Amino acid sequence: MHELSLCENILQMIEQQAKDQQFTRVLTVFLEIGQLSGVEPEAISFCFDAVMAGSVAAHAKLVIVPQVGLAWCAKCYHHFEIQHRYDECPICGSYEFQIKKGEHLRISELEVI
Amino acid sequence: MCGICGCGESQLTAHTHAHTHTHEHEHVEHSATVRRIKVEQDIFAKNNQYAQLNREYFRQHGIFALNFVSSPGSGKTSLLTATITQLPADCAISVIEGDQQTTLDAEKIRATGVRALQINTGKGCHLDAHSIAHALQDQIPEPNSLVLIENVGNLVCPAAFDLGEAYKVVVLSVTEGEDKPLKYPDMFHAAELMILNKIDLLPYLDFDVEKCIDYARRINPRIKVLQLSVKTGQGMTEWLQWLTISQRLSSIA
Ligand SMILES: Nc1nc2c(ncn2[C@@H]2O[C@H](COP(=O)(O)OP(=O)(O)OP(=O)(O)O)[C@@H](O)[C@H]2O)c(=O)[nH]1
Ligand SMILES: [Mg+2]
Ligand SMILES: [Zn+2]
Repeated sequence: MHELSLCENILQMIEQQAKDQQFTRVLTVFLEIGQLSGVEPEAISFCFDAVMAGSVAAHAKLVIVPQVGLAWCAKCYHHFEIQHRYDECPICGSYEFQIKKGEHLRISELEVI
Repeated sequence: MCGICGCGESQLTAHTHAHTHTHEHEHVEHSATVRRIKVEQDIFAKNNQYAQLNREYFRQHGIFALNFVSSPGSGKTSLLTATITQLPADCAISVIEGDQQTTLDAEKIRATGVRALQINTGKGCHLDAHSIAHALQDQIPEPNSLVLIENVGNLVCPAAFDLGEAYKVVVLSVTEGEDKPLKYPDMFHAAELMILNKIDLLPYLDFDVEKCIDYARRINPRIKVLQLSVKTGQGMTEWLQWLTISQRLSSIA
């Protein structure tokens, strides 16, 4: 699982923000996880505390904000909500679609002092 | 220190923090100093930046790079050694091998006479673009050459990490079962080509080739599929054609 290295990337970003935005402690991290990002929210939560220990984000609360997947069908041109990559277009049954939303993993906000 | 990024060490060595968990809940004074910052930064952004740099490097030097991904033991190294020995001798190739431990695969590649660099990821379950940037410094590929990257055997994590390659090639051996594209969709979604390997074993299995291809196309309607046996050599001609033509096309684009 790569959630450990993702948590390390999260910490690097937070440390960069701490320098840029002049804060010394993070209280809350708001993390958006796209439904199709391949990232397991539970595994992130599991690694988070251990990776943040001893940093500006030690004891920070992690708030995971799930993001639904959104796809656009190239056959019937409809947008639809998508749970899995193997889903079909609910309107025409096609597998020819583009994923428009829900592939990302993003720090949306930080609550800091 | 690293010339590319100024880092002191590989990112992949997971630091294990001395973890003294004193769970006394500190009560934060909700004074005016508490503020909210909008960040809106993607976690994969950093890897993607390195990947973009690698891609630009490949483009400038006319290098065609492929990223081979699969679960452990599908036949990536076997395919690479067979490919190297069957390509024309004037074709410049170098290989980057990713494994958690050992230099066994790099040694197998070197036995063919081609340069190979082994990256050991330790606990890391995938290669990332940063480690590839280092590898390209340590083993500088020839201009207009082929760079073959064998990722860590893992059908999950390497899907999310762009290395700057032209294409991901996913190798699925028929002993793994035809349902893998549905169970591990991200990898098949990210790949340009699926190689169904070990087809010499089909007579001994209930593997449904058509179903497998259908599943893969559900995830990725544009995926190309080649059926191959490294052991018997069946399908190798088509594979070498795909490789040669794709390399040519990328030099035009
Ligand atoms: N029957 C058969 N065996 C194969 C074929 N290709 C590879 N093998 C065998 O599969 C085993 C694993 O092959 P490798 O090439 O080491 O696989 P790999 O994907 O590089 O493995 P990792 O690097 O450990 O993930 C070896 O014993 C190979 O001899 C094939 O086409 N047919
Ligand atoms: Mg191998
Ligand atoms: Zn449709």
